[in-house]
Amino acid sequence: MNLIAKRYSVLPGFGLSLGYALFWLGLIVLLPFAALALTASTLGWTAFIEQVSAPRVLASLQLSFGAALIAAAVNALMGFLVAWVLVRYTFPGKRFVDALIDLPFALPTAVAGIALTTIYAPNGWLGRYLEPLGVKVAFTPLGIVVALIFVSLPFVVRTVQPVLEDLEKELEEAATCLGADRWQIFRRVIFPAVLPALLTGSAMAFARATGEFGSVIFIAGNIPLVSEIAPLIIISKLEQFDVAGATAVAVVMLALSFFVLFLINLLQWWTARRHGMK
Amino acid sequence: MSIEIRNIEKRFGNFTALDKVSLTVESGELLALLGPSGCGKTTLLRIIAGLEQPDAGQVLFEGRDATHQHVAERQVGFVFQHYALFRHMTVFDNVAFGLTVRPRKVRPEAAEIRERVMQLLKMVQLDWLADAYPAQLSGGQRQRIALARSLAVEPRVLLLDEPFGALDAKVRKDLRRWLRKLHDDMHITSVFVTHDQEEALEVSDRVVVMDHGHIEQVGRPDDIYEQPATPFVTRFLGDVNLFHGRVEDGRFTHGDFAHALDDRAGAGTDTAVAYVRPHDLDLARARDGALACGTVEHIHAVGPLVRVEVVPAGGDAIEVVLGKERFRELALVPGEQVYVTARKLAVFSGDYAI
Repeated sequence: MNLIAKRYSVLPGFGLSLGYALFWLGLIVLLPFAALALTASTLGWTAFIEQVSAPRVLASLQLSFGAALIAAAVNALMGFLVAWVLVRYTFPGKRFVDALIDLPFALPTAVAGIALTTIYAPNGWLGRYLEPLGVKVAFTPLGIVVALIFVSLPFVVRTVQPVLEDLEKELEEAATCLGADRWQIFRRVIFPAVLPALLTGSAMAFARATGEFGSVIFIAGNIPLVSEIAPLIIISKLEQFDVAGATAVAVVMLALSFFVLFLINLLQWWTARRHGMK
Repeated sequence: MSIEIRNIEKRFGNFTALDKVSLTVESGELLALLGPSGCGKTTLLRIIAGLEQPDAGQVLFEGRDATHQHVAERQVGFVFQHYALFRHMTVFDNVAFGLTVRPRKVRPEAAEIRERVMQLLKMVQLDWLADAYPAQLSGGQRQRIALARSLAVEPRVLLLDEPFGALDAKVRKDLRRWLRKLHDDMHITSVFVTHDQEEALEVSDRVVVMDHGHIEQVGRPDDIYEQPATPFVTRFLGDVNLFHGRVEDGRFTHGDFAHALDDRAGAGTDTAVAYVRPHDLDLARARDGALACGTVEHIHAVGPLVRVEVVPAGGDAIEVVLGKERFRELALVPGEQVYVTARKLAVFSGDYAI
């Protein structure tokens, strides 16, 4: 501490601002986590295992993470495409489309859920035509995936877009002069440059999707073992005043989320190192 | 390989970047396109490369029309001002890029690629950096890698867009000498764009001076410097003093003063402007042959040359550069009245040399 304090800096108040930032992080982020761990620990080890290994809980965790993973993967692909089109082409109404991307951010998730259900319910606008084809969207895991794709789309678009915009035109021109065709330019020059941002965006989309509640519960139908997501399990346990049981599920969700984010961070760190930026 | 440019025109909206430009680049020469920013030199270079399409006119490579050929088919090496290296690839992979993107049938074996890349890296004296990433290199090193990368595909023409523009003065000087040496060894037809007249004059075989989308003058560096064809070229190639006057009876008159012109002197009596470089001026205490007179305002004596600022009554300051010896001989004092004589002047009436 002494070492840091003695170093002179142009910006004053290093100690104060660091202290404040850490205090704020502790208060807002770490304290709830600690409370969570503490509440779960009142359960005892065997009861904890029993709680989280109940078939309904396991099924819901699998659904939540599986659907989030699929949604993140779909958004990685489609979000990249949307960002690409928004950066690379000019077309009438481009600004409108660009503004549209943020709508899932702005819309209350419950509204999104109701809107999606209206569309995909068996008698809904689209559901009506999908039903005879044997495709059920609402009240199935597929519906959950659709809802998660909807709410997490902006993350990928908004992280990839600025990186694509900043990509110098000269890189492509240099590659063209060297004889590369368009596909080679995309695969070997553009994509690797955008990959770190794409990973970040997908990670954020995934994180958002795992915790999503509002938009999912309407379209999911919440059928135990089929379309019941983990956050809903937590809520229903809380409604039965099973606080310890709810926190047990929450702790598992937290651990799993943390693990996945850690993996993605590792991947990012690795790509950044490969780019020689660190 | 020779390049011929015929009546190239290029417009960006209302702005005319190139206005019927014609130029021939001889096989194996190092040609500089010199001009202020916005003069069209970079656009011309990009049209030669095929990165830009002209609105009218033709580009011929070795007598064959290449105007509508795709960039990749023209076999040009292009070096960008800001290097345009691929950040996520090592130096080695950057240089190898042009070889590894070739279709499998014509792609050299991995071992052959390796050998060629290492040979190029040795040539640019950076073989020890093969495994580094561009972010770890200095500006000068990056530009040398960019050059090696463009040479890897054995281009028929090398085009360089302000190759040293982003580097600091010292590195710039080293690198341009190095480029000259490289060109002498390889003899690849090269065109480079610069706004730095010193760079153009020092490095190239021939210089093309451009302004406002047209060519002002083409010539060998010393010809251009010694016999600038237009007032623009004169002003652009270095510091110059202007004397307004008229041409009469083979003499250039400026106020009460007159300077005898040599045989070139025509019959013109129009208003004319004489351009004289600071080092082509001398100072004297006698009036004979003088072009102006004034008081010594400043003496700036640092280095081997002495800059003297002489201010005529009611006129702009005249800058005179003297050798140390001459300065000592004159023993000038600030505030003293002196006469300015010209050893060599370029007189223009309107845009025409007299």
